[in-house]
Amino acid sequence: MRPQASQPASTFKLPQIPKIAVYIVGFIPAVWLFYEGLNDRLGADPMKYLEQSLGLWALRFLIAALAVSPVRQLLNVNLLRYRRAIGLLSFYYAALHLLTYVVLDQGLDFEAILADILKRPYITIGMATFVILVPLAMTSNNASIRRLGGKAWARLHKLVYVAAIGAALHFLLVVKSWPPEPLVYTAIVLVLLAYRLGRALIKNNEPRRRAA
Amino acid sequence: MLIRSPSDILPSEITPRAVYLNRREIMAGAAGLALGAGLPGAASAAPLQAAKSAFSTDEKVTSREDVTTYNNYYEYGVDKSSPAKTAHTLKTVPWTVKVDGLVGKPAEYALDDLIKGSALEERIYRMRCVEGWSMVIPWVGFPLADLIKKVEPQGSAKYVAFETAYRPKEMPGLQSAFPVLDWPYVEGLRLDEAMNPLAILAVGLYGETLPNQNGAPIRLVVPWKYGFKGIKSISRISFVEKEPPTSWNRQAADEYGFYANVNPQVDHPRWTQATERRIGEGGLFVKRRPTLMFNGYGDQVAQLYAGMDLKKFY
Repeated sequence: MRPQASQPASTFKLPQIPKIAVYIVGFIPAVWLFYEGLNDRLGADPMKYLEQSLGLWALRFLIAALAVSPVRQLLNVNLLRYRRAIGLLSFYYAALHLLTYVVLDQGLDFEAILADILKRPYITIGMATFVILVPLAMTSNNASIRRLGGKAWARLHKLVYVAAIGAALHFLLVVKSWPPEPLVYTAIVLVLLAYRLGRALIKNNEPRRRAA
Repeated sequence: MLIRSPSDILPSEITPRAVYLNRREIMAGAAGLALGAGLPGAASAAPLQAAKSAFSTDEKVTSREDVTTYNNYYEYGVDKSSPAKTAHTLKTVPWTVKVDGLVGKPAEYALDDLIKGSALEERIYRMRCVEGWSMVIPWVGFPLADLIKKVEPQGSAKYVAFETAYRPKEMPGLQSAFPVLDWPYVEGLRLDEAMNPLAILAVGLYGETLPNQNGAPIRLVVPWKYGFKGIKSISRISFVEKEPPTSWNRQAADEYGFYANVNPQVDHPRWTQATERRIGEGGLFVKRRPTLMFNGYGDQVAQLYAGMDLKKFY
């Protein structure tokens, strides 16, 4: 966690919500989906609905985690202390999404799953995205930050940008035609990444401008 | 070819009494639709008399709830649940179908006149969606061949092209700023495919007039092809010499062919077609079942494609 001194003085003070509350609220959609699914209330194709919803929640939490920095920098609202929980929720939903695909969708038919991973770009990309999220989730703890050192840890966690692009592509490639929903999510991911790129470019250029 | 003008024969001379009665049923249905316009779904349905058919499967029929609430009908939105909520806005009475092209009796036909002369049958067909799921649906309809014979295609006609009604005010999906398809929806069949006895024009479902979300008032059902070939709310049928454009083929030619026959050996480029999930079977724990060549209708249709490379003509 960054020292409080680096915060702008005008930072909006949020009531301190315990982090566990973020997890509890974050898992409500999963619990609700499983409950409704077991009671056959997820529509005509409940397995597909569960699978797609879990994937969508993984992407939503990933976007929420990526939004924490811009929200702090642009709106002076500091949610940094919840970012780890939000990021881990994204990972947990991605894991449930994958588990649903492996167990319920493919019925543990590992031959078919392997064929899917090799032959279907959207599944290749989805699987690669999950693989990227694994080391990020495993190092989302204070001990890992100490062990790796802040710089190396931060560099490793830049992989979240790759994961975000992967998740958006995975969504875009699975649908027919170009329906609005995956396009909107992809646009949000691109804006969040472009914001960082723009900020990095401005930072790099600033000293030179001053020198000239 | 002898081309007779419609005025040569009085309808009363050729239309048997049973069909007149049948026609009354349809009109009763139409009246029901008119009364029910503005109300969603089942409220507007009217019963239809239909004979049993030897082409029907005896597999377990998918529930009416699933058949009428899980629909790909992008004119009403891309969510499968959207058509059931918004399709009631389509006014299906009165309805006309324009028949044109290489045909002896081109006209703007009232729906009633197109059905006239055909006995309605219940056809319980498997429906395999290109997305990898399937249903068993009790359609009510009549052979497409009946209609084709009635309008007398010319010898040069090799294909039948279909068009869905284009009514942005009644179809919210058409108002979208980002059109998902190039509207209106168009589909087509080779004339010999269209003449196959399995190909029907459906006007009903579950013994009643079609709900709007299922393609009211008249739609194509070709059960050996992927579901998207079954064009809904048909407003135009054209007889042409060359293979007509089809909506999904225009959208992604490498993924959706003109023929679109159900074929477990030819995968969609992005997903397998070897297996399918039967809707309503097993809930969360649905088991995939193997997809059958021509959706299990090979005995009736395989000869249409003898000698064709179905990997090329997918």
